[in-house]
Amino acid sequence: MIELEGLTKRYGEKLAVNNLTCTVRPGMVTGFLGPNGAGKSTTMRMMLGLDRPTAGDVRIDGKHYDHLKDPLTYIGALLDAKAMHGGRSAFNHLLCLAQSNGIPKRRVAEVLDTVGLTAVAKKKAKGFSLGMGQRLGIAGALLGDPRILMFDEPVNGLDPEGIHWIRNLMKSLAAQGRTVFVSSHLMSEMALTADHLVVIGQGRLLADTSMSDFIERNSRSYIRIRSPQRERLLDVLHEAGVTVVESGSGALEVDGGKPEQIGELAAQHQIVLHELSPQQASLEEAFMQLTAESVEYHAHADTPHEPPQEPSPARQHWGDGWNRS
Amino acid sequence: MSTPQPPMPQTAAPDWQAAAPGSPYPTYTSPIPVVRTHLGHAISSEWTKIRSVRSTMWTLGVFVLLVVGIGLATAALVAANQAEDSLTGQNPLSFGVFGLLLGSMCIITLGVLTTASEYGTGMIRTTMTACPSRARVLTAKAIVFFAVAFTVTFASVLLVALADVAMLKGAKDPSGGDWLKGTFGISFYIALLGLLSLVVGSIIRHSAGAVTIMIGLVLAPLVIALFMFSSALEKVRQALFDYSIPNQLGAFYSNSLSDTGPTGWDPVWIALGVTAVAFAGAVALLQKRDV
Repeated sequence: MIELEGLTKRYGEKLAVNNLTCTVRPGMVTGFLGPNGAGKSTTMRMMLGLDRPTAGDVRIDGKHYDHLKDPLTYIGALLDAKAMHGGRSAFNHLLCLAQSNGIPKRRVAEVLDTVGLTAVAKKKAKGFSLGMGQRLGIAGALLGDPRILMFDEPVNGLDPEGIHWIRNLMKSLAAQGRTVFVSSHLMSEMALTADHLVVIGQGRLLADTSMSDFIERNSRSYIRIRSPQRERLLDVLHEAGVTVVESGSGALEVDGGKPEQIGELAAQHQIVLHELSPQQASLEEAFMQLTAESVEYHAHADTPHEPPQEPSPARQHWGDGWNRS
Repeated sequence: MSTPQPPMPQTAAPDWQAAAPGSPYPTYTSPIPVVRTHLGHAISSEWTKIRSVRSTMWTLGVFVLLVVGIGLATAALVAANQAEDSLTGQNPLSFGVFGLLLGSMCIITLGVLTTASEYGTGMIRTTMTACPSRARVLTAKAIVFFAVAFTVTFASVLLVALADVAMLKGAKDPSGGDWLKGTFGISFYIALLGLLSLVVGSIIRHSAGAVTIMIGLVLAPLVIALFMFSSALEKVRQALFDYSIPNQLGAFYSNSLSDTGPTGWDPVWIALGVTAVAFAGAVALLQKRDV
């Protein structure tokens, strides 16, 4: 269990992490989500005692990280794949970590086998691909067989097989009763692995919710309709008691209706339809909606003078209400 | 798909305090025995680190080559060209100093790399996660590095000293004190110079910067003093000469560039004092700064 209380980190003028309070519980995978620069890595570094918080507190099962007598058997962390000396072999890298915590030498071979690096154990880490470096980092995290595991962007650089493997690994670690805390900026990835979600943007907590709640609130299905006889269609649908919202591009959207019903209604009134399609809003969209205000590094389109595009009013009602809890 | 290990029964490791029944934090229990870590663990970890990178072999290899190579070559040259009685009263061990002066650059580089390279590679974050006590990490690095540097220097210096005594028949017979200072003393001094470099590496956190500072420290006073012609600066010039590191090396053979300045074991005390102060500063900075 990791408890964050009012955690704050300031770099000069910039608040990297702003009064963050949440709890990471054992027995499940907790996804830590936020756009680039949201403060995810800073938060993780503070959890590991690498950065000192400006204010607030992080406690690991009630203790500060630097008061842990056997940190690696308590917490295993993958921070970044290249946090190792490139000139050292994979085996020696893990060996020096094991020795620093009095972990038996045999564990080195065991975790190398777990992550599938046994064949390159004697090779220097600088020859490793990003994915292999990531696996070595994961091996380091597993070394002490810890009760808490932290992974910062673990799927970075992994091939599809590797991604599948790490997903299952995280789930099985959580199923053994461990605390698994994993950061990502990919909602779709989290949807497949995480049981609980902590979302931050610009250092502030945006959401602390279970994954199933998040999906329930945000996976909105609707029907998109386009018609040249838009006004007539609106009247007809209104008479039939169907709630319609107008989306920005001139199309109409109906929440929760059946396409058959609308198609038949249109046929009865001889309205021409150009499109009638069931749509499913992705979790990725929901996540972007949630963090839209707090995205720090926007990519800009070719026309820099255009004012930033407001989210369409039709979209706004379903993305903003769910984080009130 | 592979799992790290089969799920273990909860009774496998009863030594988990927090996992005891009634604990507020029920969680996974590892079958791996839990060890309370201490400085010994950090030392064995640092020993693995220093022996498992190639830069250690390179810097120490070049060091031995320089010290032994230049030491033996000097002795052979002097032995071949000495005039009758020209070495009378001279300490034969003193001919080892040329190789050591050059070789010290290698020890400085290795010392800096021991700390600064971890910042360059990002390894430091892994190190500090594995051992949250930052002072313990620096202490372990200092102990391991000092032991390695001293051992290698002492072996090389001893070899050259034995060759000097054997080859230079005309020189005086070194006394016990001469032997102690000319082998143990100077090796201790060189290792301290390396230790200071290690500490500077930890403060600067940048290999090239720290090496430059240390080489400047070794050479600059002597070079600056060479160009101080004004008589008004005579005292400064003399002090720079006296306390320049090459001159302090000479003190171990009782033949300095000047008559004033450190003599006997003075250089060791000076180096010990400077290194201790720098070490305390480095620990304070480590505690204060983010990794």
